[in-house]
Amino acid sequence: MEKLDRRYIFLVILLVVLVPLIAPVGLPVRVSREVQSAYDAVAGVPDGSKVYFAADYDPSTMPELHPMALATLDHLFSKNCKVIGACLWPGGPPLLEDALRRIGELRFGKKYGVDFVNLGYKPGNEVVMVSVGRSIPATFPADFYGTPIEKLEIMKGVENLDDVSMIVNISAGYPGTKEWVQQVQSRYHVSIASGCTAVSAPEYYPYFQSGQLAGLLGGLSGAAEYEKLVGKPGTATRGMDAQSLGHLVIIAFIILGNIFYFASKKKAP
Amino acid sequence: MLPAPLLNTMAALLTLAIFSFLYKDNAFYKFAEYLFVGIAAGYVVALEYHNVIIPNLWRPLLAGDFKLLVPFVLGVLLFSRFTSSFGWLSRWAIGLMVGTFSGLAIIGFAQGDLVAQVQANMLPLKTETLLGTFSNWVILIGLLTSLVYFFFSKEHKGVLGASAKLGIWFLMVSFGASYGFTVMARFSLLIGRLLFLLVDWPASFGFHWLH
Repeated sequence: MEKLDRRYIFLVILLVVLVPLIAPVGLPVRVSREVQSAYDAVAGVPDGSKVYFAADYDPSTMPELHPMALATLDHLFSKNCKVIGACLWPGGPPLLEDALRRIGELRFGKKYGVDFVNLGYKPGNEVVMVSVGRSIPATFPADFYGTPIEKLEIMKGVENLDDVSMIVNISAGYPGTKEWVQQVQSRYHVSIASGCTAVSAPEYYPYFQSGQLAGLLGGLSGAAEYEKLVGKPGTATRGMDAQSLGHLVIIAFIILGNIFYFASKKKAP
Repeated sequence: MLPAPLLNTMAALLTLAIFSFLYKDNAFYKFAEYLFVGIAAGYVVALEYHNVIIPNLWRPLLAGDFKLLVPFVLGVLLFSRFTSSFGWLSRWAIGLMVGTFSGLAIIGFAQGDLVAQVQANMLPLKTETLLGTFSNWVILIGLLTSLVYFFFSKEHKGVLGASAKLGIWFLMVSFGASYGFTVMARFSLLIGRLLFLLVDWPASFGFHWLH
């Protein structure tokens, strides 16, 4: 067993993930308390109000986080909320643009500059967060296309985070949810719902438990649960069969690995 | 801009080139890796120029906001690191950045983590439901024993030793949960790429074989 070529493991994993994508099993998706809370927080935002959408991710985490962005934006636009999107990750703006256009423009017929805006990327991490809390126009003088933001209708009457109903943060790591909680939630007391990678979810659970986060979507399963709540199954729901079966195989590998480990230990003199 | 089928074919071939590393290291993998590093570096430079230097510095300077000369000069000083005789000048800018970020981090941690988390862990040990009471006790015992494990001023013997051992168990459970979430994240990435190869790539040629 110790001499097992690791490529056999890769092959098994590939097959286990590939087969359910081609022939879905349709395993049920159960909505967790954290995701339900995130949904309730967005549902509780007044219809037509402005929401700051912090898309802090890039293509490296797109499979997990983009479905979250799409599902939460679907929920926001269904309530006619005005979405002010911005990024603290350099690779984020094209993804934010895709999500806003695909959901806002194509699905709901919303207009750029009136119902949604992409303010693009700004370096500076925590400094930008604090700065946004004080003045959004000073932090983002122009949008993703270089248009001065005073010319955008959606930005009229928006000075800082006091003028938005909540922050939806899609977070791939640093800078992300942790920094939004530390720098903005604790300072400006704005409600934050987070969608994050599965890797970082355990770190953010204490923030949800303490009420610093209004809700938490962790990884692909969190995205699938949100898709279920908004009633629009997407790529996250599609990937959940493969995800669940993949986990079963990993559990089997761990059990087998331990059995062989203890067996070889017994054999050793 | 290149047509979508060509772009998606390039993306698909690069994905396969990266996956080929799982078989063994090869020239296709290296090509894709170097290409990614080069493009990423160029992209960030272009993005910083168009998203920061132009709107946040150049345009306001032209409009007469001369106080921005201070960050401009500090930014230029960072490049002095390329010369050995003037490298010390960059320390001013670096010092400012380190000081700012340290200050923000300390305030953020104190407000967002320390105070809020201590408050959140002051839980009632008797609630209306049995499950609530049980959960609060688990949190309390887990918190205290994990803290005891990191208390190194006294040898872990007797009650202290037993508490530290229990603390290790709680830590192990949290590491297990983190590992589980990590597995989930890695599977998600693989699923994303496979969905691209199976669905998006063929779809760009008008071929929808998977619904």
